[in-house]
Amino acid sequence: MKQTARIISIHAADTSGVCSMLYELGGMVVVHDASGCNSTYSTHDEPRWYRQDSMIYISALTEADAILGNDEKLIADVVAAAKDLSPRFIALCGAPVPLLAGTDFPAIAAEVESRTGIPAFGLHTSGMHSYLTGASEALEAVVSRFCTDALPRTDAPSANILGATPLDFSVNGTMESIIEWLNKSGFELVSCMAMGSTLDDIRRASAAHVNLVVSSCGIAAAEYLRKRFGTPWLAGVPIGKSFSGKLASALMTAKETGACALPCAERDASAPGKKLAIPGETVFSGSLAAAIESDFGAPCRVLCPLEAEDRLLAPGDIRIFDEDAASEAFAASSGVIADPMYAPVCPPDVPFHRLPHEAFSGRCYRKESLNLIDRPLPWRF
Amino acid sequence: MLKRLNGQDDMTGAEVAIRDAEFPVPFVSGLEYNAPARGPWNIVHTGMLIPESHQVFACAQGCLRGVILTAAEMIAMDRMSWISVDQNDLFDGSLERNIVDGTAEIIRKLPKKPRALLLFISCVHLFAGCDFEVMLNELRAMFPDIDFIDCYMNPTMRKSGLTPDQLMRRQLYAPFRPCPADKNAVNLIGNDRPTNESSELVHLIHAAGRELRDITLCKTYDEYMRMAKSALNITYLPTAAASGDALEKRLGRKHLYLPLSYDFDEIERNLNSLADALGIAAPDWSGAKQNAVLALEQAKAVVGDTPVEIDYTATPRPVGLALLLAEHGFNVTRVYTDAMIEEERPAFERLRALAPDLLLTATVNVKMRFAGKGVHESGDVLAIGQKAAYFSGTKHFVNIVSGGGMYGFDGVARLARRMIEAATHEQDTEVVIQYKGLGCRSCL
Repeated sequence: MKQTARIISIHAADTSGVCSMLYELGGMVVVHDASGCNSTYSTHDEPRWYRQDSMIYISALTEADAILGNDEKLIADVVAAAKDLSPRFIALCGAPVPLLAGTDFPAIAAEVESRTGIPAFGLHTSGMHSYLTGASEALEAVVSRFCTDALPRTDAPSANILGATPLDFSVNGTMESIIEWLNKSGFELVSCMAMGSTLDDIRRASAAHVNLVVSSCGIAAAEYLRKRFGTPWLAGVPIGKSFSGKLASALMTAKETGACALPCAERDASAPGKKLAIPGETVFSGSLAAAIESDFGAPCRVLCPLEAEDRLLAPGDIRIFDEDAASEAFAASSGVIADPMYAPVCPPDVPFHRLPHEAFSGRCYRKESLNLIDRPLPWRF
Repeated sequence: MLKRLNGQDDMTGAEVAIRDAEFPVPFVSGLEYNAPARGPWNIVHTGMLIPESHQVFACAQGCLRGVILTAAEMIAMDRMSWISVDQNDLFDGSLERNIVDGTAEIIRKLPKKPRALLLFISCVHLFAGCDFEVMLNELRAMFPDIDFIDCYMNPTMRKSGLTPDQLMRRQLYAPFRPCPADKNAVNLIGNDRPTNESSELVHLIHAAGRELRDITLCKTYDEYMRMAKSALNITYLPTAAASGDALEKRLGRKHLYLPLSYDFDEIERNLNSLADALGIAAPDWSGAKQNAVLALEQAKAVVGDTPVEIDYTATPRPVGLALLLAEHGFNVTRVYTDAMIEEERPAFERLRALAPDLLLTATVNVKMRFAGKGVHESGDVLAIGQKAAYFSGTKHFVNIVSGGGMYGFDGVARLARRMIEAATHEQDTEVVIQYKGLGCRSCL
């Protein structure tokens, strides 16, 4: 049944996506919620919480304030905190109850900005969508607010990385490996949005020749940069050896032609026969599928349990909306590469290869997380 | 002294000397920070105490995420299922239908039918005017051999009545039905860990020839349901008192609230009340008292003048504990608490007179984000509680939540011994305090 699960997990929500994307940028993020969103985020969705400070807070919304529409309490609290903490920007977003109450976050953000002089923006989260929608809107808001100047392109080929959060890439060296691969492929990094770069790095994004989108939550920002500065983007993660090489070539081609590309979806899973099933975020899963097909010739199919544009899916990839759909798809597969929390719905006779995804299982399997970037894959098919 | 924030030498609003503090809320409410101390139990941990039960949460994705991963981390996903609420569900009238159909489907798919099913709804259901009773009645008709328990994850309503934690502890006993009382049995109600056998409270119950029943000791559903028969219900945590009241009202069972205390006179009064209720003569408590004092003296000899910091997750009465320790010569410098319960008022007044410079420090104030992880400027600290350990940055801490099952004079002596252990042994604070639900299994 749709929206129902007996035993599998659920992906991180949009509010966590916002917080994760903005974590390192020196802004203050306020989730308008009673308490649970911040606790869930900081416990399960944010591996940086203990060691790296960031101004992520909740508003501690109460029933009375929600019913009476006491937005002034939120505004006053945000303004007071901003005066104490001097953030670079302020992002406001909400959980389900503000959605029901019709809270107007862009209007509240405008009021906060007017009182503090600090750039502020409101986001349209509700706690009812996946982390990808929240992260996408948050990154687009930052980029459109701060990347306004058309800087001269760097002398050497250069790139931004868009869509990086620990929810998809953990904190296990994967992002460092992507940057290393980028450098090896002849590109300087201008900024990584948003792990390891500052807001000032991101402000220089227009100096890059090309944008590499490593998760679907980077596409909206990439589109903004394309429209405003003409920067081409392509979507893919340099997984495995041969697909990494293809992606490097595609990146150079994009720089030279100015054309966007979707190497993660340049596959075809529509042929009959059993395939390896790979559920997950589409850019990553599509890249993994392409890498496996390149390295082993094993046909793969991406199963998409999250919001994703159709263009990110290859022919034959399918959307799975619930536990039953996942189970049926697994049963029809030659094997499954997925987060361990999918294992209970995988038939015992279908080989299951564990690939932890923090956006699904949080910190449960963090110790098992894999770095697949630009190296031989750990499986044989 | 804490390292100051962003170079600003200002913790105003986040800490205050007790002499200047207002009771019961010393700090102005505002945006809130969440410190990474995960030991306190949440409603999932508490609900799992019912043997042979299954939990179904119906709520939005963001809310589901926390409860599902709580179950996953405690290796109990086989006892947890969910139904997500989408935006459209709020407006198209399908909220109730989805929950009934989803729950029924989940039950049919379970390899074994649970004896009880805890069905949780959330803030949005209550805001949307969901009729929980209708849903439960339909499910009860479909599955008459399962006890359905209405449960609530409604933190938005935390200041409008019982908190979700109090509600959960109350609903933990909802399946109990009226039945003849068993005068030979006594329940401890609302705890999430067993009370130490050596406690005077347990001794008294046994001395009266009564059987002690406690959900934390139940292995089967039948064993748990036997608690309904016990003639006397005892609570000692403030968050459990409503459970005892509800059972008294619903089943007519006498409820005795004997609050966890660090005040020797109050401890004695509590124990004497229990003896009265059990119909036995109260023993002379001077030996037990003396043992507690001796243990405190031994702890003081080891801890010396090391600053002691206490937080509200360790015990519902951190101020009372601070007072006890200060009265016995400990250098108690700080209590982390955002608000105090009314029961703490006498201890607050006495501590204010005894140690006026002692600091009360908020835990959720936005400035506390930058105050943690060992930024004290001078020396080490002995912490009692995970948040005190985190904020002080110490490796020496007593790792307990909700009193740690230590009660009475025996509890004081045990706590003193735990302080010695903490003072003499280091722990990896970052690792230890991040395990969710202290005492539960963990996959981490």
